[in-house]
Amino acid sequence: MKKGWWKIVAVVLLVYTIIGGLLFSVPRLSIVNETVRALYFHVPMWFGMVTLFLISAVFAIRYLRDPKTEYDIYSVEFANVGLAFGVLGIFTGMIWANYTWGSPWHGDPKQTGAAIALLVYLAYFVLRGSLNNEEQRARLSAVYSIFAFAAMIPLIFIIPRLQDSMHPGSGGNPGFNMYDLDNRMRAVFYPACTGWILVGGWLATLRIRMRLMANDLNEIEDEKNR
Amino acid sequence: MAGLALYLLSTVFICYVTFNLRQHLITPAVWSSLFWITILFTAVNAIAKSFIGERKGLHVYLYSIASPAAIVLSKMLYNLTLCLLLSFSGFLFFWLFLGNPVADLLLFCLVVFLTSMGFAFSLTLLSGIAAKADNSYVLMAVLSFPVILSVLLMAIRVTKNCIDDLDRSVSYHEILVLAAINLLVAAVSYLLFPYIWRS
Repeated sequence: MKKGWWKIVAVVLLVYTIIGGLLFSVPRLSIVNETVRALYFHVPMWFGMVTLFLISAVFAIRYLRDPKTEYDIYSVEFANVGLAFGVLGIFTGMIWANYTWGSPWHGDPKQTGAAIALLVYLAYFVLRGSLNNEEQRARLSAVYSIFAFAAMIPLIFIIPRLQDSMHPGSGGNPGFNMYDLDNRMRAVFYPACTGWILVGGWLATLRIRMRLMANDLNEIEDEKNR
Repeated sequence: MAGLALYLLSTVFICYVTFNLRQHLITPAVWSSLFWITILFTAVNAIAKSFIGERKGLHVYLYSIASPAAIVLSKMLYNLTLCLLLSFSGFLFFWLFLGNPVADLLLFCLVVFLTSMGFAFSLTLLSGIAAKADNSYVLMAVLSFPVILSVLLMAIRVTKNCIDDLDRSVSYHEILVLAAINLLVAAVSYLLFPYIWRS
């Protein structure tokens, strides 16, 4: 129970986010109006995705320095959950865009960047699927994941800032930046981000435990058959 | 080499033939997208060969005589020369068949140079990864397209500026980002290559 305190924190924070995000008052902003509440659910998905991909890349680096199967499993499962967060982020964004911009896909630079980032990680799983040797699969996919993460940085953090975008927070639209985000919203937004990131970590650790147990079971079976 | 040149020439010729009856449809935007798609596919095909399809014996021989750093640097330099050659001859072919809407030639050449560099540096490592799998050529495309898209996005935007003959200061940021991406990709490739070379 003592080790799981952060899971309780995650649940408390998310319950707070859902209640606070839907009920607390938000500032009146033109264009976005009440949909500004998407900030509590859509934006944390991207924060979560980048955090999880970062952890995945860190474990990929650790695998290359010290090839242990566990590191490979860590890296894959964090990427897996990160991908799920990215898909959720894109879908919540599409629902929001459908009401605010009038159509789900607008070819906005941020949408393009997000879609490319997802393609990169889908390619990562395709690569894993097409290598048969376990050790080689772990090593090559670690290399690709570090490379892909490095290539993703300009895509997500630099390029969208160069272009005009209808996305809130850029091009004079109201939204997520230090001038519009008032303290009422911050009081929900920061807990929301923390909560979602913790849930992402929780999901990943669950999957990792399952994978490690499956590995152990396989080893036991192998011993028996010998 | 001759095969690649022919590949490039026939791709440009296909573009020419498909638009033959409707020459006026080739607006600058269409020209730019056709150009970059042609260059992208040619570059992927050309650089894929740098590891895929190499004989096993050659691999072992190279492994025994040279350090991985030397190998990746030489492959990257070779691919850079190859890519530059292909891009600029591609540009000449385009000029010949589809005309040349580019107003700011010098800036465009700089962009072609930087983009070829980005292609060469990132595709070298990816070709090394793809070579280890079964269906290498398909995998090469799957792995490289998402990674290369950010380079391509920048290139297309500067190309538009070149075609519209905007002031050079407008494209300054894009050029800088392109150069930064190249530097990043080259550094990461150089650091990671020893790990894929080991097997």
